[in-house]
Amino acid sequence: MPLWSQPTGSGEPPALSASLDNARHLSGLLRAVHFQDRATCFATAHGLRVTVEDAKCIQANAFIQAEIFQEYAVQEESVTFQINLSILLDCLTIFGTSSLPGTSTALRMCYHGYGYPLVLFLEEGGVVTVCKINTQEPDELLDFDFCSTNVVNKIILQSEGLREAFAELDMTSEVLQMTMSPEKPYFRLSTFGNAGSAHVDYPRDSDLMEAFHCNQTQTHRYKISLLKPSTKALALSCKVSIRTDARGFLSLQYMIRNEDGQVCFVEYYCCPDEDIAEAE
Amino acid sequence: LSRVGDELYLEPTDSGLSLRAVNSSRSAFASFLFAPLFFQRYETGGPQPLRCKVPMKSFLGVFRSLPSLEKTVSKCLILLQPRCNRLVLQLRCKYGVTKTHNLAFRECERLQAVFDTQSCASTLCAPARVLAEAVVHFPQTLAEVTLGTGPGGRISLRNYVEDDAEPRKTMVTELWLAEEEFQSLAVAPGSQITFCLKEFRGLLSFAEASNLPLVIHFDAPGRPVVFTLDDAIVEVHLVLATLSDPLSDPQPPRANGNVSHLPTPPDDFPDDLESYMATVETEEGPGVLPPSPTFPQRTPHPALGDPQQEEQDGEKEEEGAVPGTPPPKKFRSLFFGSVLTPGGPSPAPSQEVLAEDSDSD
Repeated sequence: MPLWSQPTGSGEPPALSASLDNARHLSGLLRAVHFQDRATCFATAHGLRVTVEDAKCIQANAFIQAEIFQEYAVQEESVTFQINLSILLDCLTIFGTSSLPGTSTALRMCYHGYGYPLVLFLEEGGVVTVCKINTQEPDELLDFDFCSTNVVNKIILQSEGLREAFAELDMTSEVLQMTMSPEKPYFRLSTFGNAGSAHVDYPRDSDLMEAFHCNQTQTHRYKISLLKPSTKALALSCKVSIRTDARGFLSLQYMIRNEDGQVCFVEYYCCPDEDIAEAE
Repeated sequence: LSRVGDELYLEPTDSGLSLRAVNSSRSAFASFLFAPLFFQRYETGGPQPLRCKVPMKSFLGVFRSLPSLEKTVSKCLILLQPRCNRLVLQLRCKYGVTKTHNLAFRECERLQAVFDTQSCASTLCAPARVLAEAVVHFPQTLAEVTLGTGPGGRISLRNYVEDDAEPRKTMVTELWLAEEEFQSLAVAPGSQITFCLKEFRGLLSFAEASNLPLVIHFDAPGRPVVFTLDDAIVEVHLVLATLSDPLSDPQPPRANGNVSHLPTPPDDFPDDLESYMATVETEEGPGVLPPSPTFPQRTPHPALGDPQQEEQDGEKEEEGAVPGTPPPKKFRSLFFGSVLTPGGPSPAPSQEVLAEDSDSD
């Protein structure tokens, strides 16, 4: 692949350069956080983090660690830029989204620094495409200040159990209420829609439950329209960790295994809907 | 039931749980009675029977994806709680997961269609599969179908063609079922009824899935047709209004009389339309045909003077006709084709017109 080794632009090495044999490893993860077009890319020596936010209430992060890439180099301590996620995804999947066995799109990314576009080289079956996507000044990101020491309740579930529940959520309900408790109903998802209320209960001894650490009964409501996009991440994942802290902030962490068996994480943070703090 | 109406009426009775629906124009009614045997546990409490209705969509929303339901749900609990006005549907699923739906209901009056299967002139019983296989030949968009009885105990199914449809653009599909396909057949000869296919298809898919024979009770056109499925655990009734058409009853015998030179109806499509048109033309005057606004325009002046006049009349009719009536040339060929029938009131002049119109051969 001689094309890959040519540095583009100036003689200096790019601020960020990475190559991936299978672009799907990246596009799949990015799709899991694609509920807004504006995404902030934050690259360090450890890997890439892509963040998407909405309504100052929800934030999703996709983590692609350096080990996933075949080549990965970051010149400074960190490189940050903002990019249109729709366009980035369209380019990554420019050869089509259907995954034929054996064929994959190879990717090389270069970013020369502030003001430069993100350059993507994509190759499949000998055909090469070059995409240059303009980057923007990164906006300030929310800091949910969610740290593990403040976690009150934590549950790890196999995604299989939650997928149906999330896919079938009554969208006429404005909120999704989550109850986590050391007593019954243990873990309950509730909606209050036009037809009436609906509850899905997961007992602590269910086969789906990998870990159940609930110390306090907590019930919090979150805007369902904000959480619904997390269904995409749930669909790709094999396990999900659900944590709440004393303020009722919700952290959903999804463990996603790619085609090569490598594990990546996607995380959603959501702040609770006002007014309701305690169990009904 | 969702093919019939937007609301589901529930009535727990001692003989079982009755689920009913009716459509907005009150021309279709369906009821499913599930005997207590159907349930693992069936308890009706309270002195007063509670009748309620819930929006169909909310009820169906609980049972959203059938294939996954079959794999994951082990039990379904239905509780009617009048005190909190809630119908509770609880699904016990795999892995100990419980899904509870609390649906708001409204109390209502008893929903009951008036029908009497004993008084129906014709009854036929067939395995659902036979009828389902027959109905599959009709396009999904077809609104109405006509069921008729023919010679030799055969039953015909034909798509109902609107009177103002253009013959050029209309496709008529007709199929005949032999007597042997039915488990029982006790029909009045020469009868036919036209009813809506949508609700009937809904019932057929249930019947096929439950592998029950379907009994059809019908009478004269305009009287409702009743479809029943009956077995130890469920009793189903679907009552549909039928198109009231004063011509459809006498048609077959008349058709045979008037168009004797044409092949018998089952074998030839154009002849069917012509014989139908013949009946239309020969029997009634304009004033006696309420069902279709186009009838008056088609029937008058069967025996007018010269060809020229005929043509003019054809055009006049065309102008006065409702949009959608066939273009004059084709219309005339059918019209006059039927006029040519022996025994028809038309004299020589119409024959002249036919000679002019080469299409009508």
